[in-house]
Amino acid sequence: MVTDDRRNRGGIAARDARLAWWFVLPALGTILLVALFPLGWTLWESLHVHDLRMPWRGQPFVGLGNYAEVLADDRFWSALGHTLAFTAASVGLELGLGLILALALNRAYRGRGLVRAAVLIPWAIPTVVAALLWRFMFDSQAGIANAVAMKLGIMDEPLVWFISATAAWVPVILADVWKMTPFVTLLLLAGLQNIDASLYEAARIDGASAWQQFRHVTLPLLKPAILVALIFRTLDAFRVFDLIYVLTGGGPGTSTEPIALYTFNSLLQNLRFGYGSALSVVVFLVTFGLALVYIRWLGADLTGEGV
Amino acid sequence: MNRLKRYGPVVAIGLLVLATAFPFYWAIVSSFTPEARLFEAPSLWPGTPVLDHYRALFTERDFWVPIRNSLVVAGTTTLFCVSLGALCAYALARLEFRFKHVILGLILAVTMFPQISIVSPLYLLLRELGLINTYPGLILPYMTFAMPLTVWLLVGFFRQLPRELEEAAMVDGASRLQAFREIILPLALPGLATTAILTFVYSWNEFLFALSFTLGPERHTVPVAIALFRGQYQVPWGEILAAAVVATLPVAVLVLLFQRRIVQGLTAGAVKG
Repeated sequence: MVTDDRRNRGGIAARDARLAWWFVLPALGTILLVALFPLGWTLWESLHVHDLRMPWRGQPFVGLGNYAEVLADDRFWSALGHTLAFTAASVGLELGLGLILALALNRAYRGRGLVRAAVLIPWAIPTVVAALLWRFMFDSQAGIANAVAMKLGIMDEPLVWFISATAAWVPVILADVWKMTPFVTLLLLAGLQNIDASLYEAARIDGASAWQQFRHVTLPLLKPAILVALIFRTLDAFRVFDLIYVLTGGGPGTSTEPIALYTFNSLLQNLRFGYGSALSVVVFLVTFGLALVYIRWLGADLTGEGV
Repeated sequence: MNRLKRYGPVVAIGLLVLATAFPFYWAIVSSFTPEARLFEAPSLWPGTPVLDHYRALFTERDFWVPIRNSLVVAGTTTLFCVSLGALCAYALARLEFRFKHVILGLILAVTMFPQISIVSPLYLLLRELGLINTYPGLILPYMTFAMPLTVWLLVGFFRQLPRELEEAAMVDGASRLQAFREIILPLALPGLATTAILTFVYSWNEFLFALSFTLGPERHTVPVAIALFRGQYQVPWGEILAAAVVATLPVAVLVLLFQRRIVQGLTAGAVKG
């Protein structure tokens, strides 16, 4: 290539490239060692029966046997269903609320600092802590959630939230929305602030109503930010673990168990490493599929040589 | 319409701050309330505060141990990742070499890895190496999410620095390595600090690996310790909430001190939530 020839003159390019490899190798090596190599190992495990409770059985190769078992496993399908429902509900609410909040904040000139601090803290605290705060509020019949709901007239009688397969989802989703809406709001707010104010002026001069401005200026220009928020939140919600482990433990029974928790239980409770690995691979494949869509849509912006 | 425009933002901000703050407020108030009164007709205003739960937390439950564990694990992970990550990110942001884009794509892909998909091999590997329930047994797995995160954030920061500075230095006879050490690194300090804070926060908060690869209270990190609090007869809510307040404090302080930087880092890198 022409550019390469030009750089090679003087040998700086060759020296730079050598230096670059020395710089890249430690970090890249670590990533290969602790992330990619284990991923290959998971795949290998998933093709074997490997039960840590029965070491004398060894690790016989079973081909796709574990995957066949996954597909026939009712608990897997319901865990997948819970995960998808949780993802749709929480991400939908977070994007909707986040958009409204970002639009409101974009207009506000005072109190930005306060808001930034207020929204960052729930995002920054451990998920385990967030889950415990919400578990506490919903825990007893005399807890604050019941008191508030009854005061507002939403309910007549206190509810025991965590013994109902449907009601148990309420604190789970509320906690996630509470913790993650700030993150979505920040991403969308950054997107809004990149929109050139003169576009709105031009639209106003042309007689566009507030709704038309939103529909034809804000939304199209905000699309990249919305997509980033959507994808990051979807990937994140799909692997939900901490929140549900602490809030409901997957219960009552397994009625709020997401796929990551089922996988965890197969591995470290039941010690079925072959089967658990097959579940892991399924989680990975779904995430990978979602990520591919993401890279298709936005990868060019993110990995490209932006200035 | 005008009224909406004028008061809408104020109302939105008010609601937002109230909704975010309330669970914290409630946890703090409750952590100073005697156990017996915790679920008795909740009152929004605190009674006379008692320190029992905090005292129990640090005497009976030895909460210092998980705090120490978390500091060691999150601190070491951050140090490792930021120093190795800075080299890697500089090369990816500034130098030309083959497979650069493949490597960038790979690192981006690894930031999206579901942690659960590598729990089984990491467990087997750590068991083989005798590292279950040790600090290295947590630091090593933490690199899986922390290293791609730091590299990704730092590439963004390095790209923002003007090229002219190091080019000028190199015209003056400095080598690439000298230019990196003497010009770029000092300029990148704010970016390095932001990255370190974010990496530390992610490592401090991590739960799945810490739950999977530790066995006993002597190596539990803060999130695991709190999640596994058990009482003799009932859930020890007072102590749990006191622990929640203690676990939130360092993160809250970091966020309040560095909020502007953190928002920049987050929105520039748009890394995982």
